[in-house]
Amino acid sequence: MSAPLLSIEDVAVELPTPRGNLRAVDHVDLSLQAGRTLGIVGESGCGKTMLSRAVLQLLPKKAKLTGRVMFDGEDLVRLEPESLRRLRGRDLAVVFQDPMTSLNPVLTIGTQLMETIQEHLELDAPAAKARSIELLAAVGIPAPEQRLAQYPHQCSGGMRQRIAIAIALSCEPKLLIADEPTTALDVTIQAQILDLLAREQRRRHMAMIIITHDLGVVAGRADEVAVMYAGRVVERAPTQALFKRMHMPYTEALLAAIPKLETAPHTPLPAISGRPPDPTRPLKGCSFAPRCHYATGRCHEAKPVLTSAEMRGHLYACFHPIRMTEGIGA
Amino acid sequence: MLNFVVRRLLGMLPVLLAVSLLTFLIASLLPGDLALVILGDQATPENVAALRRDMGLDQPLWWRYLSWLGHVLQGDLGRSFRTGQTVLQAVAERIPVSLQLMLMAEFIGLLIGVPIAIACAARAGGAFDRFMTGSAFAMLSMPSFLVAILLIYLFAVELRWLPATGYVPFTEAPLANLRFFVLPALTLALAEWPGIMRVLRSDMIATLQEDYIALAKAKGLKPSRILFVHALKPSSLTLVTVTGINIGRLLGGTLIVESIFALPGIGRLLVGAIYTRDLVILQGVVLLVACGFVIVNFIVDMLYAVLDPRIRHGHA
Repeated sequence: MSAPLLSIEDVAVELPTPRGNLRAVDHVDLSLQAGRTLGIVGESGCGKTMLSRAVLQLLPKKAKLTGRVMFDGEDLVRLEPESLRRLRGRDLAVVFQDPMTSLNPVLTIGTQLMETIQEHLELDAPAAKARSIELLAAVGIPAPEQRLAQYPHQCSGGMRQRIAIAIALSCEPKLLIADEPTTALDVTIQAQILDLLAREQRRRHMAMIIITHDLGVVAGRADEVAVMYAGRVVERAPTQALFKRMHMPYTEALLAAIPKLETAPHTPLPAISGRPPDPTRPLKGCSFAPRCHYATGRCHEAKPVLTSAEMRGHLYACFHPIRMTEGIGA
Repeated sequence: MLNFVVRRLLGMLPVLLAVSLLTFLIASLLPGDLALVILGDQATPENVAALRRDMGLDQPLWWRYLSWLGHVLQGDLGRSFRTGQTVLQAVAERIPVSLQLMLMAEFIGLLIGVPIAIACAARAGGAFDRFMTGSAFAMLSMPSFLVAILLIYLFAVELRWLPATGYVPFTEAPLANLRFFVLPALTLALAEWPGIMRVLRSDMIATLQEDYIALAKAKGLKPSRILFVHALKPSSLTLVTVTGINIGRLLGGTLIVESIFALPGIGRLLVGAIYTRDLVILQGVVLLVACGFVIVNFIVDMLYAVLDPRIRHGHA
């Protein structure tokens, strides 16, 4: 295997708060090969967005970041601002969660597309415009030429997310980070946007990180899935292996919380009881232990480290891994 | 867009009507008999009564308002009983001075305030930001007559760069005219920039937290483009409002600054009218200034639409 395109090495993010330091990301290691897809899954506040912001170097000013983020041979954490700027938008692109707030309300769609293209590619205005029209057409926007002169508020949410994707794709990035790209959208649009991302990824041979709270989103689309809890990666495996045999009780609970068609009406969903631990007061033991059905005294005393399962590439952090033999939905 | 303009224009009518009523009442309800003021305290009661009849002062208040409003609508705001000048003549003579002062003051104020606000917001909480926010506070607490005297002392008395007082029309001697205006405009601008700076700074800081600014950074745009193109425009709505209010206020002249620097503007016309109880001039000038204020605010509304397309399309 060649060197990975992205490798996140021992990355930790701390945010100072009035109640003490908040450890948003707790020593995470992840890597991604060119052209592959990594899904990062976890509930709100588990650190998945902070991790993506750490990769993009878009953390709040006060945040303390340690570790290395190696991208295409360079450590983004230690890169000069000017070199980082040239990299962002060109090799490293992002699609944010809410297309209602991620596009500038006072600039036309054309301006927001063309400025990225003209910043990074040596194209004059007519060429940048032609490329913008091409991109809008590629992401499925009808009458792209007219759209260029319009403002974001004149488009629907799904349309705006397509535009945000067009902006992200505009310079053929090597890596696209999609941070909850469908969470703010109607259910009917979600699948379309995910399919669009998958199609463009294959066509452009780019690597992609999909961040989501929904295991269903990554099920058919990611090559590998990392499950995060309380700032740590608690299980990591090739997608198929994960869904076939998940070892971490938290992953199992996440999956159980997804409604299924076969369930009888009015059955309460098996929601994960309790709340994630207070990130300003780290627990001594496993951070999921207080909410875990399988937890024993040992879980409250010591932190389990990521260990390899019998299958290659499948890692989990649990003293009492479960062995699910059934497949999905059974 | 046309719809928007028409709507705003119609909305101005009741405001203007209320303004006319208020100015009329202020002048009419002031204690003292206008006829007596004109004729002096030696006048006989018969003469006073005759003049009151001539001026219509014996009519009921509502009738006097309507007849005055009727004249105003025909462009007749009355005539000073002292100088014989019509209100429009008097204002036309003085307005270029106040207008020039207002424009120069606002221009200098924005020139100082906007760059400082952007620089402060770009590094909010930094040393420069803290220093400038403190300086703005200090400037705000200095009354304009004090600033005027300090500027006169420094630039007119000590350095002898600029004249302390006086005025020539721009058409006669452009350069001398500008020299006369520098100190009064600077005096006003030094009071304007802290407001401009603080409003824009806090709006910019809020805008810089927006998702679309994070995306602009993620797109690898230059910091200057992010500040000036992505952040400045959506942050400038309050700034436009504040500038509009400032302009409206300065339109009415500035009593103190015009008096200190001996500029024959609207402010001094008003002061004179008050001292001499020239109610016709007072009433007419206040009405015109108020209308000017309403019109400036209308222009501000139009500028909102230019700055924010959502207002233009009726989304906000």
